Amino acid sequence: MKRIQAQQIAKQYGKGDTAVTALKGISFTIDAGEFVAVMGESGSGKSTLLSIVGTLNSPTSGRLTVDDIDVYALGKDKRADFRRKSIGFVFQNFNLLPYLTLAENVMLPLATVREKRAKKRSMALAALARVGLAEKAERLPSQVSGGEQERVAIARAIVGRPPIILADEPTGNLDSKTGKDIMGIINGLNSEGMTIIMVTHNPDYAAYAHRLLRVADGVLE
Amino acid sequence: MTLGDIAISNLRRRKGKAFFVLAGLLIGVSTVVALLSLVSAMKEDINHKLEMYGANILIVPKTENLSLTYGGLSLGGVSFEMQEIREEELENIKKIANANNVAALGPMVLGPVTVADQRLLMAGVDFQAFRVLRPWWTMKGQEPDDDGALLGSEAARLLGLGTGDKFQVNDREIQVTGVLETTGSQDDGLIFAPLAMTQELLGKKDRISMAEVAALCSGCPIPEMVKQISDVLPGANVMAIQQVVKGRMETLNHFEKFSYGVSALVLLVGSLMVLVTMMGSVRERTVEIGIFSAMGFRGSHVIRIILMEAAIISGLAGVLGYLVGFSVTKMLIPLFTEGHGAHVPFDPVMAAGAFLLSIFVGLAASSYPAFAASRLDPNEALRAL
Ligand SMILES: Nc1ncnc2c1ncn2[C@@H]1O[C@H](COP(=O)(O)OP(=O)(O)O)[C@@H](O)[C@H]1O
Ligand SMILES: [Mg+2]
Repeated sequence: MKRIQAQQIAKQYGKGDTAVTALKGISFTIDAGEFVAVMGESGSGKSTLLSIVGTLNSPTSGRLTVDDIDVYALGKDKRADFRRKSIGFVFQNFNLLPYLTLAENVMLPLATVREKRAKKRSMALAALARVGLAEKAERLPSQVSGGEQERVAIARAIVGRPPIILADEPTGNLDSKTGKDIMGIINGLNSEGMTIIMVTHNPDYAAYAHRLLRVADGVLE
Repeated sequence: MTLGDIAISNLRRRKGKAFFVLAGLLIGVSTVVALLSLVSAMKEDINHKLEMYGANILIVPKTENLSLTYGGLSLGGVSFEMQEIREEELENIKKIANANNVAALGPMVLGPVTVADQRLLMAGVDFQAFRVLRPWWTMKGQEPDDDGALLGSEAARLLGLGTGDKFQVNDREIQVTGVLETTGSQDDGLIFAPLAMTQELLGKKDRISMAEVAALCSGCPIPEMVKQISDVLPGANVMAIQQVVKGRMETLNHFEKFSYGVSALVLLVGSLMVLVTMMGSVRERTVEIGIFSAMGFRGSHVIRIILMEAAIISGLAGVLGYLVGFSVTKMLIPLFTEGHGAHVPFDPVMAAGAFLLSIFVGLAASSYPAFAASRLDPNEALRAL
């Protein structure tokens, strides 16, 4: 089943002399349950590609459909709703809110959902347990290690059970031992059926994926 | 975890900014509360004083005769034989634009009478109106009903009469129902009797010699009312009794305008403080708002978080602002009013007003920052993605 279809996606930042063309017409298809790694040099357009797939960044031209929905034809609010239900982001620098506990950070995506507090909490604790951090739920991000913060970021991405996980260099800031742990978790999520697109510089980690997309200077190689 | 929880934890996290917003609104609200309650206490004080002054507008017939004085006030001419105002004409005063400000209208007929070989001035009055027009009167005995008379202290002494005694005027027997205590004015030498009876005795049926008006309110436009009464009584000479209060009233009116000006200014400064602080807070939270977007928060969710923060602080500022303003007024009130008359009661309307005003200003000043936050480009915000 085709989950994500990109047709001739191009993205240009800015206008005139200072304009930067980040993507020059990229097309690909990703099936449901696939695990795809994206590699390429710095500045080649990987993050741009990921944010466009994540419905955060309108392409200058081209069309993106997710589950046959033309997401950029949706209004802003509808697109936000779509993002909440369908996509979980894992950022390289974690992007946890420093003043919230790990459990609260994981609950954050549920803030706009109509659901009992206790239910939200148990969902968050389940997600934390899934990444092996149930005991540290009440700690602040500053009280746990970098690898643990990345795992919290993963728990936060999966708490609403979205079918698609987008991870931008999730292991970029971690040592290789911790990186392997993270890859184990991501691989596990994929084997549970989540579609995963992961940007990485590390060929060892890219080897976990079913397929590799190579981006060079805004095009697929 | 709800949007409200996010708002509250954000306030806890950024106490400094929250404090700035609170301070801005608090200063604004407490200034408004203090000034407005000061103005209202001073108005009450002046109204109270006005009541003590009795009449402040006199109506006398137009005349060429020599002037008499009455109670140290120039009355134009009240001579005993001159033409007089018809009583029914006074009814027109009830139709003037500021009729509501007329607290009492006291017609008076004056004429000389002879009692036991003494020539005295008899005044026919409406005793009910005179309670307002002569609030300082105190008497032994009581006011007469339809007949009977109230003697000024000097008249009583001259005639050797006291309460309960009787005397004769034009073959009519009149009972003294009360004697006034000394007022130090011309009232002391007069015999006061009911208007209708006196008109009959003096042969001046339906005629009056003069009338007094008490206009009771701090904002009464006395000169304007004098003009309105003159218009409906073309045959009469209407004049204002100049009072000490008048000058104070003008000062108060100026102070009131000044208060509104200062209130508006302070509120404006307060709301600018809120605007700038909230804007700074939004800018500081760019990445955070980008994360919210990535999680699927709508723009309206972001707006709600920021406005909730603003509402919480504004509500708090409203309550504190009222309390501070209230205490400041209590402290200042003795400096602005004389004596003990004025007091500052807890005013639930003012308290609710302060609360709502604070929330309104807080939300209004935060609406632009909230809107700006909802329009942040998440991709730009998460550039480090
Ligand atoms: N928000 C932006 N505004 C302007 N230029 C951008 C923006 N995001 C990325 N770029 C530019 O687009 C190109 C691709 O960037 P990016 O997608 O981040 O590449 P990668 O993730 O592969 O390093 C780079 O030249 C970068 O400078
Ligand atoms: Mg990148």
